[in-house]
Amino acid sequence: MKWLGDFGRFWYDFVIGDDWTIAVAVIIAIGLTSALVHRGWNAWPVLPVFVVAALAASSWRALR
Amino acid sequence: MHTFLLFAAAFLACTVEMVEALTIVLAVAVTRGWRSAGWGIAAALGALAVIIAALGPALATIPIDSLRVVVGALLLIFGLQWLRKAILRASGLKALHDEEAIYEAEIAALTADGERRPHDWYAFTVAFKGVFLEGLEVAFIVVTFGGAQHNVGIAVLGAVAALVIVLIAGAFVHGPLTRVPENTLKFGVGVMLTSFGIFWSAEGAGVKWPGGDVALLALIAFVVSAAFVLVAVLRRAHGSLKAAAA
Repeated sequence: MKWLGDFGRFWYDFVIGDDWTIAVAVIIAIGLTSALVHRGWNAWPVLPVFVVAALAASSWRALR
Repeated sequence: MHTFLLFAAAFLACTVEMVEALTIVLAVAVTRGWRSAGWGIAAALGALAVIIAALGPALATIPIDSLRVVVGALLLIFGLQWLRKAILRASGLKALHDEEAIYEAEIAALTADGERRPHDWYAFTVAFKGVFLEGLEVAFIVVTFGGAQHNVGIAVLGAVAALVIVLIAGAFVHGPLTRVPENTLKFGVGVMLTSFGIFWSAEGAGVKWPGGDVALLALIAFVVSAAFVLVAVLRRAHGSLKAAAA
């Protein structure tokens, strides 16, 4: 079972990394984009703006 | 244009991972000999081939929009992590990745383990682990990049080109590739992964990009500009904090 835990930890570290809030922000942004597209708005600006804001917030937290 | 960017992104990302694998392999081979290390490398490459052979065809059966949302989200999360680390390193908040220090640490650990044996399981395991784990990362990049465009071939080509160049460089240098500007590479890879991730996940969510594929270039420019601004702001804030603490 230990190797399974190690394998899971490897993928978590590899994909999610040091700050899980980035992953949450990305999922929220994609969900929001999809919801807005289904309401008829071609919501292309949402994801780039959300992503840069998440990156800035995460980097700023590292400074603190 | 899109195909070239796909090739370049796969090539750069795979180069970074392969430099890391080469550092571990060289450390094992130099201290414990090539024989067991070679078996470890071969076993890892075999295991990777099985995984890629199983995953590759499965991707072709998934509808392209669903695949783009999942792959785009994964690339975006993964790319932002790389970009964040590169920004923190460039602004002095995190130590630069040092292949020479990693190489020396591996050598010390391997030498401390004791004498060599005819079948050196320690060397086998370290070489296997290094190549398999870094190789899994390469496989992830190739499968996601290729899968999202339904063009695994061009991503494989990027990975093969990276392998050839890293192997040639390793053969010439006979040591860790300390002169590879790893942070600059990671910065570039982070930008590419983030831009592709935004592009594909938004397309998968139903967005029609203004200008079609050309929007990818605008996204790259936007992400690069934002990253440079962040480095400048963080560097200044870090300097102010250090001055206040002194």
